[in-house]
Amino acid sequence: MNKIVANADEAIKGIIDNMTLMLGGFGLCGIPENCIAALVKAQIKGLTCISNNAGVDGFGIGLMLEQRQVKKMMSSYVGENAEFERQLLSGELEVDLIPQGTLAERIRAGGAGIPAFYTATGYGTEIAKGKEVKHFNGRPYIMETALHADFALVKAWKGDKYGNLVFKGTAQNFNPMMARAGKITIAEVEELVEPGDLLPDAIKVPGIYVQRIFKGVNYEKRIEQRTVLTN
Amino acid sequence: MALDKKSIAKRIAQELKDGYYVNLGIGIPTLVANYIPKGMQVFLQSENGLLGMGPFPTEENVDADLINAGKQTVTTLPGASLFSSAQSFEMIRGSHIDMTVLGAMEVAENGDIANWKIPGKMVKGMGGAMDLVAAAENIIVAMMHTNRKGQSKLLKSCTLPLTGVDCIKKVVTDLAVLEIKDGAFHLLERAPGVSVEEIKEKTDGKLVIPDGEVPEMLI
Repeated sequence: MNKIVANADEAIKGIIDNMTLMLGGFGLCGIPENCIAALVKAQIKGLTCISNNAGVDGFGIGLMLEQRQVKKMMSSYVGENAEFERQLLSGELEVDLIPQGTLAERIRAGGAGIPAFYTATGYGTEIAKGKEVKHFNGRPYIMETALHADFALVKAWKGDKYGNLVFKGTAQNFNPMMARAGKITIAEVEELVEPGDLLPDAIKVPGIYVQRIFKGVNYEKRIEQRTVLTN
Repeated sequence: MALDKKSIAKRIAQELKDGYYVNLGIGIPTLVANYIPKGMQVFLQSENGLLGMGPFPTEENVDADLINAGKQTVTTLPGASLFSSAQSFEMIRGSHIDMTVLGAMEVAENGDIANWKIPGKMVKGMGGAMDLVAAAENIIVAMMHTNRKGQSKLLKSCTLPLTGVDCIKKVVTDLAVLEIKDGAFHLLERAPGVSVEEIKEKTDGKLVIPDGEVPEMLI
């Protein structure tokens, strides 16, 4: 078994207009930079993108927004992007804002075969409109449904040809759940290693969830807020 | 005199206890980390997947793969752990966090909070705020008592879209420390030199003033 493909162009084969994608990352941390570049190059349009954020102008999903490839964003926070704001206000772009924990859990549920769950998050707010309310132990909860994607695009630190993945720092974020919720999951990694090199105990995404893997190149890893200690 | 933002953070830091796991929101709440009492161990949780967050890095230790929920570069302390967003929100939604501090645009006398959306303005999203207020048992709101127009932010009922209902129990402002219970703001402490009259005047919601002298905050 070998899930390795040559590069991002090869990896995104099969992604076509109007599909639903999940893209890992929090802010610009742990985003699938190579896959995003390949999607921009391939000019695939009408995409529904499930991603915690929508990148910034000129980087991350911001690059896809510039090319008007995104029809709808499903995110928890989209604040750092002027082009996003412009498209939203002009009606070109649809956005579904979802509380971050609910988003994470809906994706987790999608990968775990759980069709829906109840949560206190959002009860009594406008996001609860039209959602079933049920009481448990005297407290009201709203029903939220699982999320799935045609393709999940995730970024990991290291991986092997079987698709096992490990992460670094806070670049893990949404990637492990998204890897589980894609019909086809593409993992891009900074280092491809031999099977056995990754400690089985340290693997956060077992290879069963990953269909394609490749070694990414030229990672920029742009920093949104560079904060340092000053003496 | 009304407190500045740093002093609000200082006052909130007095609510910390040794061994607490704490989530600090963006803005004034973030400053609370600067006033953790010496000798006290507090684990800071960042909802993007870090428990045991340390200070900003030195220039040579900046790591793009290590940020906080405000997307700032940070460090980990010895004993820190890293995890997925799902696990991070299990900690939050499962009520494992001992204390949550967040900012607000409005708080109501019944404990409702609004802090994510102003109709007619660009809506950026709620991030993790709705999850935090729905699950935390010990939430402290850090905010100014009035908005830029001088209007009270402590109301009978919120006018802005809600983040959560009936969930806020304590508010620390530039003027006062208040507890929310039985449908009213109960005045616990006032900022040094600030009169009860001024607090009364700037609180739109029901305000309960205790008998006798209201103590000044010890900052």
